[in-house]
Amino acid sequence: MPDSPLFTAAAIAVIALAIAVVVAVGLKVLRSFRELGTDAERATYKTLHAASRAGQYLRTGLNPAGAAKASRQLRSLLGCDALAITDTAGVLAWDGSAEELKPALMGLAARVLEGGHTAVIPAGELQLLANGKAAPTAPGAERAVVIAPIKAGTRVVGVVAAFAPAAGSGLVRATSEVADWVATQVELAELDASRTLLMEAEVRALRAQISPHFIYNSLNAIASFINTDPVRARELVVEFADFTRYSFRRHGDFTTLAEELRCIDRYLLLERARFGDRVQVSLRIAPEVLSTVIPFLSLQPLVENAVRHGLEAKEGPGHITITANDSGAFAEVTIEDDGVGMDPEKLRAMLAGHGDGDHVGLRNVDARLRQVYGEDNGLVIETAPGEGTLITLRVPKSQPMHDA
Amino acid sequence: MNPVVGVAAFVAVSLATAVIGFYGLRISRTTGDFYVASRTVRPWWNASAIGGEYLSAASFLGVAGLILLSGTDALWFPVGYTAGYLMLLLFVAAPLRRSGAYTIPDFTEARLDSRAVRRVTSFVVVVVGWLYIVPQLHGAALAIRITTGLPAWVGQAAVVAVVCVTVVSGGMRSITFVQAFQYWLKLTALAVPALFILFSLAGAGAPAAAGAAVNPTALAPAGPYQNISLLVALLFGTLGLPHVLVRFYTNPDGQSARRTTLIVLGLLSVFYLFPTAYGLIGRVFAPGLAKSGQADALVLLLPGRLVGGPAGDMLSALVVAGAFAAFLSTTSGLVVSLAGVISQDVLGGSVRGFRLAAVISAVVPLGIASMTDSTALAGSVGLVFAFTASTICPVLLLGIWWRGLTDAGAIAGMLTGAVLCGGSMLAGAVLGGAGTPPWLAQPAAWTVPAAFAVMVAVSRATRGRVPRTITRLMTRLHTPERPLATER
Repeated sequence: MPDSPLFTAAAIAVIALAIAVVVAVGLKVLRSFRELGTDAERATYKTLHAASRAGQYLRTGLNPAGAAKASRQLRSLLGCDALAITDTAGVLAWDGSAEELKPALMGLAARVLEGGHTAVIPAGELQLLANGKAAPTAPGAERAVVIAPIKAGTRVVGVVAAFAPAAGSGLVRATSEVADWVATQVELAELDASRTLLMEAEVRALRAQISPHFIYNSLNAIASFINTDPVRARELVVEFADFTRYSFRRHGDFTTLAEELRCIDRYLLLERARFGDRVQVSLRIAPEVLSTVIPFLSLQPLVENAVRHGLEAKEGPGHITITANDSGAFAEVTIEDDGVGMDPEKLRAMLAGHGDGDHVGLRNVDARLRQVYGEDNGLVIETAPGEGTLITLRVPKSQPMHDA
Repeated sequence: MNPVVGVAAFVAVSLATAVIGFYGLRISRTTGDFYVASRTVRPWWNASAIGGEYLSAASFLGVAGLILLSGTDALWFPVGYTAGYLMLLLFVAAPLRRSGAYTIPDFTEARLDSRAVRRVTSFVVVVVGWLYIVPQLHGAALAIRITTGLPAWVGQAAVVAVVCVTVVSGGMRSITFVQAFQYWLKLTALAVPALFILFSLAGAGAPAAAGAAVNPTALAPAGPYQNISLLVALLFGTLGLPHVLVRFYTNPDGQSARRTTLIVLGLLSVFYLFPTAYGLIGRVFAPGLAKSGQADALVLLLPGRLVGGPAGDMLSALVVAGAFAAFLSTTSGLVVSLAGVISQDVLGGSVRGFRLAAVISAVVPLGIASMTDSTALAGSVGLVFAFTASTICPVLLLGIWWRGLTDAGAIAGMLTGAVLCGGSMLAGAVLGGAGTPPWLAQPAAWTVPAAFAVMVAVSRATRGRVPRTITRLMTRLHTPERPLATER
């Protein structure tokens, strides 16, 4: 192959990569040689480091995987021969020697789990309790154990057991402190879990419902056609059925833009039964973004808001424009009406969660978008009294984790 | 050649692109009818758009030039460029669409549940995109120099300027229409002059200047290793082209993604008949172009040389327009997809960030192109395919078809492929054209297996890192979508 521009370009790329690797490795080596401080500082650092590492492992609660990793750190913290963590049912993790005592641990811990007080079992007695007889053990292999309860709130959720040749008061106090610290971590984990549950519940509660006004108004409008135009009335009832089937569906929190447009179509057909030709719509949808995944019922409430608060109060015909554009890695949807508009200050207060029950749909959509796509991706609303309203939402095209 | 012809053709193509980009959507898609508004892109349209984006300077100019230089050996290029889509059809198109990911980094991040993999993939994608844009700019330089006599940088700067303006001003709103238009423009721009030339040659009964089998230069023919290596690069390289893969997002589901790919195969097969015809006509009637080192300009020069007169000028204008359509469409497709990746990973995904990223992704290759010199367009693009085949292709194929892939394995494999392939390109450049052994000049035959092997080996060694989401994701990739009837 004759020399081509790509060789040069590739050369530049490879050299840049090599330099980056060398710099990264060099920085790492330099850092490890940096001055580490006095002995006391280093001991403090070591303790805090072990605690924070163990804390990470315990972040998911008392489970075998996390406890196994955390027990290694905690044993180095206490400087004992063996350290075990249990929950109320069994041994979760054992780190260090004296594994032969493992089967007996739950028996020894029963009293602690029940009473919630730290137990100290001296060296001789431990062997006796564990084996049921005074087993002749080699001198030096004898161990005492300190068993401290892990109390989350008022419940005892497990114990920390530290094995050492002798159980001095230092070890007893340190083990109790470690058990308390583990308890804090467990409480944090429980807090995490309940926060996740809360968020899920919030999303479920926010999952939009169609407004009761709309159902009432539609049925009234249909009723008015039953005598005058039975064919139309029948068509409207079918549309109404389709609309409710979509909006009452149980599965999935996401849908595609195309499906949501179909839902808006039905909604507007029903609204036109009431308003006649006062509601005009024009659409400009880039076909590239039709299959973009969006939160379920996230556009219909915006169109409903445009009809309800933009056009209903206005005299003469009103116009709604819906566009969807391809914008890099995002799909951008706008809904514009030429109705009466809103007071920006009131709107801001309403979106922040204050104010009356008007525009509930908007707030709901905004909250869900922020919940799913992050704080920066809420609704953008441009409006002024008498000037109409323009609502923009941006949704990332790539959502591999969301099933439409 | 009349310089006005070239400039007029360039301006016409740029204007047509801009007008379709700005107004295409407004005219064709403004409606009060929801049924019309929610019609998805038909596979035919999307396939034309993929063809428009894919057929670059290498296909439009380079293939004919290589056939003029090295005869039947060069036929592997059109074969490989097309057959890559067979691989795409069989292994990637439908699962990738079903994944719901938009760009390649989006896919690898979701599949391997790792930010680090995303960063490495983004880096590789950006390198691939830049390397791919460079030959397009070389093509533009060549076309401007040949047709108008202006200095080479004018062509490069003009293409970059047009692409930047259209992308930044939102002129790529209806990108599918623009790119589909570009495919048919390119096909017309090659087919009409080719038929005219054939008829005029047949009518005049012009004598052949050389036999089709005569080698016009003293270059040695390629051995079997080179051909195999080239084919590996082209077959596997097509799987990882960022600007082609993002187009599959436009399909509503996996099935239509497959149908689109099938149509692309047909469209490309038809297209490549014509560069081949130009190469053959050039060999027989204008072998002098090969000796004067203007092989890549064969397609541009042939109509003027063999038809001549005002008719020749018209045909030349058409060919030049097609060539610029090729540079513009491939470059803008690459710039849009690169800007998506850069803006998301570096600039936070805002609208302003996207614009800035678009300018960055067009200007950097302009710098590289102006510092380097073009020799063989099809060859340079072939090397980009080798690089893609050694980096992105393994992670896509294994990611879709092997449950055992881990983030560590993916990163190790991509870096191995990048270093080996990039290293051999570099070594080839240092050794110079003639002194390069074949295994360095065409590295794909060993760098692709090496990347695969490292990826598999490291994944096996880090078995514990297989993401927990794997079953859910694999189910999603490989099961057909719910039928619409049960959707509601």
